[in-house]
Amino acid sequence: MSLAYYPGCTLKTKAKNLEEPAIASMEVLGSRLEEIPRWNCCGAVYSLADDDLIHQVAPVRNLIRVKEQGKNEVVTLCSFCLNTLKRANLLMKEDAEKRGTLNSFMDEEIDYGGEVEVVHLLEVLKDQVGWEALAQKVKLPLRGLRVAPYYGCTLLRPREVAIDDVEKPTILQELLEAVGATPVDFPEFAECCGSYQIVSSPDDIPKYAWHILNSALTHGAEALVLTCPLCDYNLGQGQKELMKKHDGFDGVPLFYFTQLLALALGLGPQVCHFELNYGEPELLLREKNLLPRVEAL
Amino acid sequence: MSVKENNKNPAETMVKEKKRLAVKLIPVHIMGKRYEVPEGLTIMKAMEYAGYRFIRGCGCRGGTCGACGTVYRKPGDYKLQVALACQKTVEPDMYVAQIPFFPANRAEYKFTELTSASEEVFGLYPELFRCVACNACTKACPQGIQVMDAIAALKQGDISEAALLSFDCIQCGLCTSRCLGELAQYHMFQLARRIYGARILSRAEHLAEMVKAVEEGEYEEALEKLKGMNEEELKKAYQEREVEPVSAGEDWRPKDKRYL
Ligand code: SF4
Ligand code: SF4
Ligand code: SF4
Ligand code: SF4
Ligand code: FES
Repeated sequence: MSLAYYPGCTLKTKAKNLEEPAIASMEVLGSRLEEIPRWNCCGAVYSLADDDLIHQVAPVRNLIRVKEQGKNEVVTLCSFCLNTLKRANLLMKEDAEKRGTLNSFMDEEIDYGGEVEVVHLLEVLKDQVGWEALAQKVKLPLRGLRVAPYYGCTLLRPREVAIDDVEKPTILQELLEAVGATPVDFPEFAECCGSYQIVSSPDDIPKYAWHILNSALTHGAEALVLTCPLCDYNLGQGQKELMKKHDGFDGVPLFYFTQLLALALGLGPQVCHFELNYGEPELLLREKNLLPRVEAL
Repeated sequence: MSVKENNKNPAETMVKEKKRLAVKLIPVHIMGKRYEVPEGLTIMKAMEYAGYRFIRGCGCRGGTCGACGTVYRKPGDYKLQVALACQKTVEPDMYVAQIPFFPANRAEYKFTELTSASEEVFGLYPELFRCVACNACTKACPQGIQVMDAIAALKQGDISEAALLSFDCIQCGLCTSRCLGELAQYHMFQLARRIYGARILSRAEHLAEMVKAVEEGEYEEALEKLKGMNEEELKKAYQEREVEPVSAGEDWRPKDKRYL
């Protein structure tokens, strides 16, 4: 089966460790993530101003590329892409007037009316692959690895584009269980990491990060699992400073969900690119005997 | 020709005949003023016919220098059209204006200090990320380049793709004149192609070897010998040279292997 796939620019420049394990894992699970042709940056942040239609052009154009492929679904990996594409799609479905303006502005493209569904890879794993089928393909169960699922904002908010229950999401926990890891719940699972405030008030970010990381550790986690390159950056880049500031904090590994998936499917570090992660994940994995020796692969 | 016409005044017939043979004149609007110009001229020649004299906005007259970017519209059509004035022939009623130059930001860099990291491109041209995917650039390109897609490739850090997509760019600047994000696409593309050529494409080692051989004088003797021949000897040498047969395969080699 081939799935139309929208990568987004961050995955191409900064987050190979999110993309490569996803593509390789889906191959193992019998699906091909096929990059849509001629895609454009989605703009990353959904524009909230009602009359700012020009910033809807980029996400809608991407949806048109999917429709052109004869597909009715597009898969994303990055939470921000999901959020932006899904909300722009909703606008095209529900607001006839803006739909008309955007279609007439893009008069070189085919008309679009929200025919494509935007889904996250987690949803594909849950609804199309199925947790049980996934569990059966696991070669290296991540036994004994205690991981806190961190959703951040954009997978769950606003409600109309959430991929799971807004208050009590379980999709990441379900994935962790399917790959044999132990999910560790903690109250800050959907607390904001600071998002793009990193640009305007970078000094505030470590406070948010500490709040989230410390809570996960206190609840018994050894690592966090996430879906978003921006969360990864905000929770990761300040860890060295936090170690100096907080006695006894040695940093905490951050994983993308696709890395844990790939590792469990037996794909190994060449695919997972742990070297790009924050918090020295390889130390933890070695400690847990979860890092296959390179020679053994 | 009818008998009736035959009976007409021969002078009148001649004038008519002359008119019939003369090139048809068509109306075009140059910079908003109406002129009648001969059909079949290029926009550039039509402007010269109308009295314009180019000191800018004209270079190669062959569609390769990018000096003659032109925009035009036809009555009743909201679409803006683009052309190279030296290539496009006039059409009746077109409204034409040249955009021979458009101010565009070009970053300064020392090429030798650049690697092939996409971050360098982002650093030199941060306005890259102001692109909103309006596609006005693509519509404005007389070379048919997918300008928006090439910009998208740059944002994705894919310098090779940007270089290949923009390969036919002649730096006319029409894309830049239309850009909502105020990008100077063609300068960015030029940087991409430079990086692609110098850092990404593999080097042609055999060329370097050949140049070295030439410099070391490997062919000096043969050249001197040729230079010393008179016309007759040259002709003879030419006619008697060893020619690769039409049916020669990949592995054909000449008998004289001195210069291989
Ligand atoms: S979220 Fe970022 S990086 Fe991801 S595609 Fe959208 S804008 Fe580009
Ligand atoms: S009329 Fe034209 S210039 Fe004015 S806001 Fe609309 S698109 Fe922009
Ligand atoms: S890309 Fe821009 S500068 Fe290059 S040929 Fe096309 S319109 Fe002209
Ligand atoms: S004209 Fe400018 S903003 Fe519009 S698509 Fe081209 S580069 Fe992007
Ligand atoms: S004069 Fe050079 S492209 Fe027209």
